[in-house]
Amino acid sequence: MSSIMISRIRQRQISQMITSGKRLDGRGLIDYRPIKIETGIIEKAEGSARVLLGKTEVVVGVKVEIGEPFSDRPNEGVLTVNSEFVPLASPEFEAGPPSEESIELARVVDRGIRESQAIELEKLCLIPGKKVYVIFVDIYVLNHDGNLIDASALASLAALLNTKLPIYVVENGEVKRTSEYMPLPMRNYPVAVTFANISDKLVVDPWLEEEGVMNARLTITFDKDGKICAIQKGGEGALTPQQIIEAVYIAREKAEELRRMVVKA
Amino acid sequence: MSGKIRLIDENGLRVDGRRPDELRPIKMEVGVLSNADGSAYIEQGKSKILAAVYGPREVHPRHLALPDRALLRCRYHMAPFSVEERKPPAPSRREIELSKVIKEALEPAIFLEKFPRTSIDIFIEVLQADGGTRCAGTTVAALALADAGIPMRDLVVACAAGKVDGVLVLDLNDIEDKEGEADVPVAYMPNLGLVSLLQMDGLLTINEFKQALNLAIEGCKQIYRLQKEALKAKYLAIKEEVETCLQ
Repeated sequence: MSSIMISRIRQRQISQMITSGKRLDGRGLIDYRPIKIETGIIEKAEGSARVLLGKTEVVVGVKVEIGEPFSDRPNEGVLTVNSEFVPLASPEFEAGPPSEESIELARVVDRGIRESQAIELEKLCLIPGKKVYVIFVDIYVLNHDGNLIDASALASLAALLNTKLPIYVVENGEVKRTSEYMPLPMRNYPVAVTFANISDKLVVDPWLEEEGVMNARLTITFDKDGKICAIQKGGEGALTPQQIIEAVYIAREKAEELRRMVVKA
Repeated sequence: MSGKIRLIDENGLRVDGRRPDELRPIKMEVGVLSNADGSAYIEQGKSKILAAVYGPREVHPRHLALPDRALLRCRYHMAPFSVEERKPPAPSRREIELSKVIKEALEPAIFLEKFPRTSIDIFIEVLQADGGTRCAGTTVAALALADAGIPMRDLVVACAAGKVDGVLVLDLNDIEDKEGEADVPVAYMPNLGLVSLLQMDGLLTINEFKQALNLAIEGCKQIYRLQKEALKAKYLAIKEEVETCLQ
């Protein structure tokens, strides 16, 4: 997957330690790195957040515009999630069209928000079939040190919770912006938990070198009621059904911990 | 999400008359394209998909070549006429994501280390889409790989399970996928007992997810039998041809 160079001896060290239940950076197998969440860091965005997950750093900005709804959902606002792997974040990132990884990241984050129906999109319609609010969630990776999915999902949720929606009114069939704002209507808080499979053990929140050693990745997103709303397996390896079920239970607990941090922030 | 359309009727049957744990009719054929090193075709319900494999062959562009194994590439693509509303031919973000997850579903089955500095290219063309195309695409691509004579640890077979109108069902069709509550596509290597593709969207409790995962794996095992028959059928046909020539 991620193609950073790790020496054989380092690879062996990482996997041997994991076999004995330890990790190179001193964490337990199901511990997250220290997490820091800041919100409202970009004043010009309607919502924003920065998440530090160890050395991984992600900024998410939410912009709101007025646009057309999807033809099959004429009474709902539109959610668009996009991610940019800007070249300053890693020697592996290049400018240009989005990579497979970047598209996958945005789609996994999108799936969590969409499937948990986190945003009350039906409240974001102005003129049915014609004018609705369009919510753009832009994920900006600033430093890649592994587990971009969890950091991005967390930052996206924090930014959405921080979003102030400019209130528009309909006058004579025209949409007009007022000077008023309201919080973005949210009913759910999806949180993603990612595992790496290394030496047939699952570790939570892999950092960059662990991602270089892992053979498979598994992301499970839980909503606030303890239901699964998205899953994504990645990487060239495979998992046993038992490993998957085990991961689901760990993820539910971890998601709860992370959610408390975001809703507080 | 759901509501308008009833997906399960009073007899517990689905929109196309299937029981919850029933697969759609499946037809597979191996060796359908003469130019490709390996190819296969699948019809699963109304989904119709072709897969072709080229390789191991020289890598283009050359700098992508890997010193210790073959480069596996996969392109999942939908024909513009494969869906109700014409799909622009340029690859969408969905197709790019699916190409990636299908590649990663097949990768663990292939002995890539046997062919350093080469590429193995898989092309999946969806001619008609009626739900479950990533799964059927994976199943048919594995057949095309086998047909190309590429050494594999196992076949890969994929099938989705999901939840519609509160009932867990196997092998969702398009309406069930769009209007249902959840979709769990799974790819499985039956002899190794390993899951190599797993995705989910929708909402499921942990217990429902466990049941859906099991249901999907059972579906995979059923399709696996058909997959093996399809492979054998090609060689039986060749054998018959040779025998008639010799007579």
